[in-house]
Amino acid sequence: MYQYNQDDQTILEERVAQFREQTQRFLQGKLPEDQFRALRLMNGLYIQTHAPMLRVAVPYGLLSAKQLRKLAHIARTYDKGYAHISTRQNVQYNWPQLEKVPEILEQLASVQMHAIQTSGNCLRNTTTDPLAGVCKDEIEDPRPYCEIIRQWSTFHPEFAYLPRKFKIAVSGAGTDRAATQLHDIGIHLVANEQGEIGFRILAGGGLGRTPVIGKTIRPFLEKKHLLSYLEAILRIYNLHGRRDNKYKARIKILVKETGVDKFTEMVEAEWLRIKDHMELSDQRIEQIKSYFAPPAYEPDADQDSSFGIHLQQNSDFAAWVKFNTREHRIPGYRAVFVSLKAPDSPPGDISAEQLDAIATLAEQYSFGEVRSTHRQNLLFADVKQADLYALWQQLDQIKLATANIGTATDMICCPGLDFCSLANAGSIGIAREINEALDDLDYVHDLGEININMSGCMNGCAHQSVGHIGILGVDKKGAEWYQITLGGCSENQAAIGQRLGPAVAKDRITTAISDILEVYVEKRHDQEKFLDTVKRLGIDPFKERVYENN
Amino acid sequence: MKIIKDKKIVEDTWTFVADDAPLADGDIVVTLDRWQAEKDRLLNHAGNLGIRLEPDQDIAEIAADLDKFQLIELNFPVFTDGRNFSQARRLRKHYHYNGEIRATGNFLRDQLFYLYRVGFDSMSPAYDENLEEAIPRLDDFSVTYQQSTR
Repeated sequence: MYQYNQDDQTILEERVAQFREQTQRFLQGKLPEDQFRALRLMNGLYIQTHAPMLRVAVPYGLLSAKQLRKLAHIARTYDKGYAHISTRQNVQYNWPQLEKVPEILEQLASVQMHAIQTSGNCLRNTTTDPLAGVCKDEIEDPRPYCEIIRQWSTFHPEFAYLPRKFKIAVSGAGTDRAATQLHDIGIHLVANEQGEIGFRILAGGGLGRTPVIGKTIRPFLEKKHLLSYLEAILRIYNLHGRRDNKYKARIKILVKETGVDKFTEMVEAEWLRIKDHMELSDQRIEQIKSYFAPPAYEPDADQDSSFGIHLQQNSDFAAWVKFNTREHRIPGYRAVFVSLKAPDSPPGDISAEQLDAIATLAEQYSFGEVRSTHRQNLLFADVKQADLYALWQQLDQIKLATANIGTATDMICCPGLDFCSLANAGSIGIAREINEALDDLDYVHDLGEININMSGCMNGCAHQSVGHIGILGVDKKGAEWYQITLGGCSENQAAIGQRLGPAVAKDRITTAISDILEVYVEKRHDQEKFLDTVKRLGIDPFKERVYENN
Repeated sequence: MKIIKDKKIVEDTWTFVADDAPLADGDIVVTLDRWQAEKDRLLNHAGNLGIRLEPDQDIAEIAADLDKFQLIELNFPVFTDGRNFSQARRLRKHYHYNGEIRATGNFLRDQLFYLYRVGFDSMSPAYDENLEEAIPRLDDFSVTYQQSTR
């Protein structure tokens, strides 16, 4: 993974000093709350229901064992002993004290970490495919480009006060596991007719109140032009994005109101003026690529026979391998998901002890690195098949081996009303209820691939509009109600879920989800996945069942 | 009145003339409206001429006249309106404007580093600001990732 040089480190240390000075001015009453608000948000610091929430950046989801141990230390020292993985692959702490935040940032800086631009109306953390560099369907590893974008976007002087937040995702594979069509800018590595690899650029996608699928504004961009093209898009957005209404301020609204053709024309015109002055050299790309060179894989890893024997002898292990591991481009290796969706734990939460244990397991089994995923789990990218059984046993001991990745209980869930001051309704409690209703793991396995995404409010942090089943918490005269959508998808065939009907009351939502799953089991053809059944039948049969008793 | 210019605290030599006020002597700054309405008269003004643009006013409107202005003020109605960062960048890089670019209005001292990097030379906040305390904020960072306009 990328290693900081002296300049990177200096920037972090100067940032800590800058934020310390700002916090002191605020605490001394010299910086008004509305001004401090904008400054602290650009450092990932929210004021929440109980305490400030600090969001720590995990650039494109890559973490070293050393960083994990530091995150554990912070959880223990400054929080209540746990951390939370967000849908932007970042780490959130829900209980830090404002006065202590500069100190936490100093701790983070000692392991090349920070909270820069994890919130606020600025360029946010760039995200990518959690299987980058190891999946079999990859055109090229997207991570070097994520790092190039990270550097360009960090403290970009022109784009720190945008109309609204701005999110970029990069995918290098045939299957889009980074939801690039639902980002302000989506970037796909693609090959052109000559076989050269470059980028397809999408703009104007986004979730939140008005979910929109991004449009391709440039089918092929040479690699050397990556930053000039991004800069052109950002400049047009910064100058022309709406600032009169924060709900209409994202780039998706600008693209929609301007029209994609006209918007593209504006971007291209701007780009032509700047493109020759900010080319990325091959040398620069190669230099960044060198940080993401493959680790020292063992050439005979696939010769191991113990894996096959364990698979045959232990059905729990086999189920875990089936659901929680993925094929690897190197024979004899697999990518292993660490499920942060144990039935009795809030989705995405991880304790300090678990973080420490993961660090040790990473060193033991996966070249000392871990990844966070946008579905709020962790991943060991490079595990030898011979080590899988031992790893499974050790993960199981620390409750991180629930065999449910990609299934109905692998829910994406925001912190909801329990923590977030924006939320209209609880989400963690509903996740627990759904887990209790789905306590039969065989049933969950039989249901197969189902993404349930649940947000406690319209802001849609848990991407409910692209969940196969989306649940959105709404407030009805002070009571918590839930709107259900079906058929959303964030992968290649990206789609916004269709609303099932009127919102259901809190005491009915879990039954409604169970009803939907029952209809699927009754109506599916053979191996048909949930999403395909919904597509084939439409929402009516589900709607009938859910509302027949209401 | 004191302002920050070229990283130093200096006395301001310019006078902003409101649209309904008579033109002053010496170096004056007028709005885009006044410039468009009284161009000929302003061109005969004895002192130097400056123009103040609001963030929604397109630089293209004065592109042909840029050499008439020794100063361009980009006014911040609120500090969260970041359009002026792009406006300054365009003035320097697209229009090759070499005169003074000044931030006026409600920006924050915490934005000075960015302002300087995108091409502002001088800063004149609309509110009571301790310039001695603010001036170190021009150098919050000693290294950067992007090209500067300087």
